[in-house]
Amino acid sequence: MGRYVVARLIQSIPVLILVSVISFGIMKLVPGDPAVLIGGPTATPAELDNIRQNLGLDQPFHVQMGRFYAGLARGDLGRSLLLGKPVLEATIERIPVSLSIALYSMVLTLFLGISCGVIAALKRNSWADQAAMAFALIGVSLPNFWLGLMLIILFSVHLGWLPTGGYVPWQNDPVGWFRTATMPAVTLALLQVGLLARITRSTMLEVLRQDYIRTARAKGLPEFLVIAKHAFKNVMIPVITVIGVIFSVLLSGSVVVESVFSVPGIGSLLGSAVLRRDYPMIQGGLLFVATALLMLNLLVDVLYAYFDPRVRYDSRS
Amino acid sequence: MTAAVDAPGLPAVAKTGLFKRWPILRRLLRHKAFVIGAVLFGFILLVALFADWIAPIDPNRISIRNRFKPPDLTHWLGTDNLGRSQLSRVAYGARLSLAIGFAVVVLNAVFGVILGAAAGYFRRLDNILMRITDALMAFPAVLLAIGIAAALGPSSMTAAIALSAVYIPRTARIVRASVLVVREMEFVQAAIAMGASHLRILGKHVLPNCLAPLIVQLTFIFAYAVLSEAVLSFLGLGAAPPTPTWGNIIAEGRQYIREAAWITVIPGMALAATVLGLNLLGDGLRDVLDPRLKISQA
Repeated sequence: MGRYVVARLIQSIPVLILVSVISFGIMKLVPGDPAVLIGGPTATPAELDNIRQNLGLDQPFHVQMGRFYAGLARGDLGRSLLLGKPVLEATIERIPVSLSIALYSMVLTLFLGISCGVIAALKRNSWADQAAMAFALIGVSLPNFWLGLMLIILFSVHLGWLPTGGYVPWQNDPVGWFRTATMPAVTLALLQVGLLARITRSTMLEVLRQDYIRTARAKGLPEFLVIAKHAFKNVMIPVITVIGVIFSVLLSGSVVVESVFSVPGIGSLLGSAVLRRDYPMIQGGLLFVATALLMLNLLVDVLYAYFDPRVRYDSRS
Repeated sequence: MTAAVDAPGLPAVAKTGLFKRWPILRRLLRHKAFVIGAVLFGFILLVALFADWIAPIDPNRISIRNRFKPPDLTHWLGTDNLGRSQLSRVAYGARLSLAIGFAVVVLNAVFGVILGAAAGYFRRLDNILMRITDALMAFPAVLLAIGIAAALGPSSMTAAIALSAVYIPRTARIVRASVLVVREMEFVQAAIAMGASHLRILGKHVLPNCLAPLIVQLTFIFAYAVLSEAVLSFLGLGAAPPTPTWGNIIAEGRQYIREAAWITVIPGMALAATVLGLNLLGDGLRDVLDPRLKISQA
């Protein structure tokens, strides 16, 4: 197990380095002079010089790159132009908001996705299966920002049950948190439920064909126990691997969904950085998110290897 | 298999020359999901192709007198805050969305195949190319597209480039996986033994046998691209207004969600229909062309 973890850690190092190169390179894609774009048409030459100096744009390429990596080594992702504070600080401040909604959404996704998938597999080809799979397919086809707006029309404008947006921290007011976090979490979850339900369904069908299920049935175990004790555990193994994918989609979805619901999380931070051309924030934010996801995927892989020892011996799978 | 091959009640397909030549066509037409997807997507495609003809008036013609008209017999899909015809705007939006989606598919087909084939066939390149794709795939797709589009500046061209850059590594992976399997097959070994050049082996023997998963993948890429382009233009990173795209119509309509919900609802429905149609088409193609791929990767 230890060897597997070390091997996976070593494998992720080149990827991390490349991720940082891509994050650095994105800023170099800006056509023309980024200082002019940041300063806007009214900026004086002195102001432009100031921006160039602050961002190090007046330095040669290799110096800029050197500075970037020296900053990274110190945990410095640059300074947000918009907020006037370090990118890392601005991002970390907003983690609790995004994380609480992501976890809420994750719980909804896991609950709905796994139950839809299991029901669909157990009642294969019945109306329940068809309905679950249709729901799954429609879920992956809906644009999340639009779904969010539809929920606002229904639950805020027409029914008046929930506020149209905003965010109340959990520790201040749990009910307020629940009221503000529910629509964003549901919006993010509905798109994932489909993916998870389809994977759960096909895995369950696969598992139900295995010999150990036949054995369990043959020894007279009630069907409920066969499913809950023998099948379900084995269904969960591939589901764990999808959690990384789901989290990744949750994170990218949060940029628009947080903007739609005016939730002050990492997503809306990046969204507003994009609109106001806050390049250091975009660069640092992307790097932060990608690194966090890489770490999460590493954790998922390790968990997977822990739960399924076969993975450790056959790293190709 | 969800495909009901000989189920009664499905349209009987005549044995004409076309079906003899491409028996796969018959199987596709018997696949319920594929047919529904084809109808949905076909409808949107027709709207996009004949937008000039369908749209009653110029999508950018402002008519303040007709502001916020709900859908009725004169304004089929209503009007927006500037009195512009929603029908015209949504129809022209379809054209742009599909054009960008198609551009992304073409770029994916070209570069995804080149990179995937190179990685799968020339083992020395594999490690480097796959680490690069790993790094690109470490970023959530839409987020990286947002970053690239933000850097390049908003336009439909940059949206297409950003989305291609995001999805090409995913396509390359699929091609690589198929090439890895096919290159070990006996007919490829035979071609090598006969002294065929690498280019010939790849072009004539390996790649034609990797087409099925590629076609399936490209259909899904089309769906993702249309969806992500809407996200980009919703965030102000696609074609600049007043050029209508589904994403920017929704973004503009958002402010009037209380008094004129149709501005937001209708383009979203068109978008959902397109993506659903493409997903169904992809599911059908996958079931028929490559049943091994039943659990597709997201």
